[in-house]
Amino acid sequence: MSKLVAFAAIQGGYKVVSTAEGAFNKALETFSADTKIEFPNTGYYLPVIYSLTGMKVETIEDLRKPLEYARSLLPPHIKGKNHLPFLGPLLDAGMAAIFSYEIIEAIRILNEPDFYIHAEDPDIENGKLWVGPADDIVLRKRGVEFVDGSAPGFAAIVGAAPDPETAKMIVEDYQKRNLYIFCAANHNGQTVIEQLIEAGVQVGWNTRIVPFGPDISSAIFALGFANRAAMAFGGLEPGDYRKILMYNKERVFAFVNALGDIGTEWGCAAAGCVNWGFPTIADTDIPEILPTGICTYEHVVANIPHDEMVQKSVEVRGLKVQVADIDIPCAFGPAYEGERVRGDDLYCQAGAKTQATELCKMAELKEIEDGKVEVIGKDIPDMKEGDTFVLGIYVQIAGREFQTDFEPIMERQIHHLANYIQGIMHVGQRDIAWVRISKAAVEKGFTLKDIGIVLHAKYHQDFGKIVDKVQVTLYTDKKDVDALTERAKKEYRTRDERVEKMKDEDVETYYSCTLCQSFAPNHVCTISPERTGLCGAYNWMDCKAAFEINPTGPNQPIEKGECLDEKLGQWKGVNDFIYKASRGAVTHYNFYSMLHDPMTTCGCCECIAAMLPSCNGVMTVGRDYMGETPSGMKFTKLAGVMGGGASSPGFVGHSKFNITQGKFLVGDGGLLRMVWMPKVLKEELKERIEKRGADLGVPNLYDLIADETVGTTEEEILPWLEEKGHPALSMDPIVG
Amino acid sequence: MAEEKVKKEKGPKLADPNKVSICPATQEMIERSHALGIETVFDRAATMKPCAIGMQGTCCKICAMGPCRLPLPKKGIEGKDDRKGLCGATANTIAARNFARMVAAGTAAHSDHGRSVAEVFLSVARKETEDYKIKDPVRLRQIAPHFGVDTTIEKDGEVKDRNLDEIALEVAEKAWAEWGKPEGTLLYLDRAPEPLQEKWKKMGVMPRNIDREVVEIMHRTTMGVDQDYKNIIKQSTRCSLADGWGGAMMATDLQDVMFGSPSPLQSEANMGIMKEDHVNIIVHGHEPVLSEMIVAASQSPELLEYASSKGAKGIQLGGICCTANEILQRHGVPPAGTFLQQELAIITGACDAMVVDVQCVFQNLANVAKCFHTKLITTHPIAKMEQNNVIHIEFDEHHAMEDAIKIVRMAIDNFENRSADVVIPPYKETQIAGFGVESIEYHLGGTFRGSYYTLNDNIINGRIRGVAGVVGCNNARTKHNEEHITIIKELIKNDVLVLTTGCSAIACGTHGLLTPETAAVYCGPGLAEVCETVGIPPVLHLGSCVDNTRILLAATEVVKAGGLGNDLCDLPAAGSAPEWMSEKAIAIGQYFVSSGVYTVFGYHMPLDGAPELKSYLYEEMEKIYGGKWDCEPDPVKHAHKMIAHIDKKRKELGIDKARERVLMDMADRQALEA
Repeated sequence: MSKLVAFAAIQGGYKVVSTAEGAFNKALETFSADTKIEFPNTGYYLPVIYSLTGMKVETIEDLRKPLEYARSLLPPHIKGKNHLPFLGPLLDAGMAAIFSYEIIEAIRILNEPDFYIHAEDPDIENGKLWVGPADDIVLRKRGVEFVDGSAPGFAAIVGAAPDPETAKMIVEDYQKRNLYIFCAANHNGQTVIEQLIEAGVQVGWNTRIVPFGPDISSAIFALGFANRAAMAFGGLEPGDYRKILMYNKERVFAFVNALGDIGTEWGCAAAGCVNWGFPTIADTDIPEILPTGICTYEHVVANIPHDEMVQKSVEVRGLKVQVADIDIPCAFGPAYEGERVRGDDLYCQAGAKTQATELCKMAELKEIEDGKVEVIGKDIPDMKEGDTFVLGIYVQIAGREFQTDFEPIMERQIHHLANYIQGIMHVGQRDIAWVRISKAAVEKGFTLKDIGIVLHAKYHQDFGKIVDKVQVTLYTDKKDVDALTERAKKEYRTRDERVEKMKDEDVETYYSCTLCQSFAPNHVCTISPERTGLCGAYNWMDCKAAFEINPTGPNQPIEKGECLDEKLGQWKGVNDFIYKASRGAVTHYNFYSMLHDPMTTCGCCECIAAMLPSCNGVMTVGRDYMGETPSGMKFTKLAGVMGGGASSPGFVGHSKFNITQGKFLVGDGGLLRMVWMPKVLKEELKERIEKRGADLGVPNLYDLIADETVGTTEEEILPWLEEKGHPALSMDPIVG
Repeated sequence: MAEEKVKKEKGPKLADPNKVSICPATQEMIERSHALGIETVFDRAATMKPCAIGMQGTCCKICAMGPCRLPLPKKGIEGKDDRKGLCGATANTIAARNFARMVAAGTAAHSDHGRSVAEVFLSVARKETEDYKIKDPVRLRQIAPHFGVDTTIEKDGEVKDRNLDEIALEVAEKAWAEWGKPEGTLLYLDRAPEPLQEKWKKMGVMPRNIDREVVEIMHRTTMGVDQDYKNIIKQSTRCSLADGWGGAMMATDLQDVMFGSPSPLQSEANMGIMKEDHVNIIVHGHEPVLSEMIVAASQSPELLEYASSKGAKGIQLGGICCTANEILQRHGVPPAGTFLQQELAIITGACDAMVVDVQCVFQNLANVAKCFHTKLITTHPIAKMEQNNVIHIEFDEHHAMEDAIKIVRMAIDNFENRSADVVIPPYKETQIAGFGVESIEYHLGGTFRGSYYTLNDNIINGRIRGVAGVVGCNNARTKHNEEHITIIKELIKNDVLVLTTGCSAIACGTHGLLTPETAAVYCGPGLAEVCETVGIPPVLHLGSCVDNTRILLAATEVVKAGGLGNDLCDLPAAGSAPEWMSEKAIAIGQYFVSSGVYTVFGYHMPLDGAPELKSYLYEEMEKIYGGKWDCEPDPVKHAHKMIAHIDKKRKELGIDKARERVLMDMADRQALEA
């Protein structure tokens, strides 16, 4: 009976709004009304309230308005007989509760600033289990996975399973399906997160199991994440609640799993989630709501056995996910990519202090045997705990459509694919790889051969169009590894030179990237040899390969056609393409300028460059730098200004790598305009900046670029730039 | 129960209460009328047969050479039909002229009602009255753009809400002009789905102004003018659209602006709502302008105290016909009965005053009132009665409250004049009423997700088979309420959601179909499940008969929400007026048909004498507008004709098979439209 659900959830709404009002009044008594209220490092205030109402909460006093609004949404209680319609009121009560939960959490952070650990992973030793609201860095980093499909959605799990094993079973099943698992609330004091930790499961953003918080109010962080995605990637305006909610219904494949008895406070939260099109699947016998409409399919499905929970949830939400079925003893999937193998868990490792090298080469079809995986030298069973070893991974690929250009792309996959194995950690690439193997993996029977099995299977699965045969050889004897390393180094050099030398002028074809359109429907990237994708994930060569692999996929060749502006980098063929692919939203853009119709961004750019008029230059900031910048905005604010597929003169999104590419902002004066970068980014690119600077006739450019140690305002850095004689100061005026 | 041993050859016959109504309150009051020797409509229907030639629609009395009567011979006509009147008018011409004149009369009735409302609204906007206010500014802002009135202003590059008084004045003036503007076409036509507007334009039936279309029908159908039945029907369409998408729609909207848009509320229905120890005031007719004031007056502490001083425990207001529906929808005032129960409400002996305005008011009320203490008060200058016991208190919006107080006071004064013999039939049912286009949208998803798409989705997935509008009058030639209730029960049993207005809605309330609990009892499993989820009854009360425009607009919202075609005629929907009697019903039917709705009337249509015209209305019109007329007196067959049409539309839409669950992968998500 829906009526019982409505009755309970509306009661819950009253209770939660009252609790929030109590917390608010108490906060007013404790602190002054202008005390700052915020979730850490976000440009979206209290994101659910901001996204749906446009109200910006910055101080305690600012909470009054949304709280009053929440109160006004509460409908009359439902009568037992001859009641009035309740679906609308139920959803409103849910929303009132959701707003109130966000307020409760904001006040909690004010009262107990250390309640949540501001990190991606919990600090279990020190009892800091709960990570709280995701900041904008996490949003953008993880958001990319939602955007490119590597994470199709999230399961919001509230409560606790009957036992740790069940919790583990459910969560690992979601991990295998690449979903994020957002956990909140407790059932009789028990939480899924504590159960998982007890069962030895690694939790944290890195394993996609996010311990938001121990109370139902912490579930709000999942919605805050979803709504920020709608604004950051979907380009939706705060306050445009209908579009934001529909964006979530259509594009964010999320749902709620309620484990344990559903009281009124969970009920109203679940009702609130229905506004997003997120259904609830419960393990208890509660009234079901099956007709469709607000959600795509059912709204509440009850009494689902734990071993069917995952399958049922995915089906109710209308989501199709593929589970990679690879014959290895460990679980496998992107969810394990970020998993760490820490000191205590480590069984053995290669790399770091020993040599570990990876090389992928094209082979003749006759030359290799598909599926042959050989370990030459000792394998795991021959090792003991604490051993280190040398490793060479040599992959040979043959295919009628295969080209040597694809070798580096395939080689780069080794990092992801090895990491996808549960219990295996892979760091680095080429001849500086590092593989750590956990005790848990070894206990399950993992051997090095399994890496080869994974590579063979996944290359066929993901690159079937270009791959006909894959053979993998793993070396663990020093002489073999040394030989491979020597050969590999030569290969790397040849490759680098080929890519480095490639100029935009050398090719007639650029590639589009509309991978993000699932999230940013109007955004189209165009990738040229000298302008790699702004997300940092795709260069021209990758796109070329991606097109060969999937000719109808998101990377399409664009004949650049007539050059309309050589300096700013604009081509007729590109304009025609983006007009169509952006569904008319973008008519044209320039490749080499931030000042004049710059390229758009989906919101997942690695860096954002901004003009600094009084320094006559530009700055750029990476998304992992949280501080202020001379543009007057932090990264998150900048991203808010320009995300969602809009061209915003004065700002442009780009990749880190792009900074030292030949065409970087050449229309505005090029890299010599660069007057400020965060230290961490500058250091990361040190070598390349020096080289590029020398090419431009300023070999000491690296030392002329200011960073936050010099200042974070234009006024602070200008005298320093003048003192150093930064070349930008003597260039043509950047404005006008 | 009743004795029907009245001698056939002598004098008036008496109706058999059990055969003329399914409503127990009505049956008991008919028995009482017989016991008291008071004649009612039911007895007159037993006594007087309808005119056989008029029934066929082929009696022409528009000139003094006639009346010319062109009945269809019992055996029909073989070969050429050469029936003609003195002037040569064919049966088709005569029946079409009669039909057109009904459309004109119906349009005139609704639209004159609308004009009164617009007039009051104009005085509100001009601030000439204190008693009426703008109660629903949101609604005003919502309708303003359809009058071409801006709701925002740009000041210093900033867009701001425009002053409400300014909007009101401009809307009032624009609305007022719709009745007689010299140029252009009606402004509200742009609210219809585009393809429908295109059809109207192509056919040349966009009404120019409301009065003109009525006048033109009267002209065309007078002696020796339009003698092509298709051309006459075309003008009937144009005139009816001036009703449905003009006068009636403005009546509804402006009433909502001044009196508030309805939202769901609980009330009761049937004569049992009258209270022996209360002053009972029954308002009857159609225009809520006065009754709004009477509602306010009857709740005023002064008058309640005055009532108490006269020995009454309170003031019970009740309604009959659409005035009842108007104050039910906005204030929860319970209806005491339908059109056919108007005399019976007085026969309770408990009715201290019956206040009537316009339309559907029996002149016999005066004769019945004479037998009791009841004050019968007419209030409208265009609606008086010749009998000397009728009191006329002419209502004027400039002194609205004063008039209302005077009337309520008169009823209170009359309380002590009651005779001891008061019999209020103890029957009433609870109902949930108060649905409207906006409140339905809200209840389909709340403040944030409210959308007709929720309804569409459940139509597409087959839980709801389709939507039916069942509306209209009662008719003493059919068994009171039986057709309404049988048809509606059959529809909801087959998972068809029903929207109802007028006396049909009162019938539904009376027979308990307007409660959420009804769903589990009478509905098919799919509809029951949806009703349970939304918490609604399977039959939604949308108001009075001018509020049929709410059905048009709700259907338009369904089209806009997507997934069910592009035009009203694409929808799996049908209309019905099971017990129609008023000319207004013909106007309503014609505007529904001309808007693309398959519309089935019960009882009888005055078309049998002109088979060619009949087939034009029943078949040809569908090719032009997508909707067509039909008539089926048998209620079960009637419902199944509607269901068959709904199924046909489902098939055309490709939703006649179970919907598959689509599981989305990444490629599907990328293919999503922006």
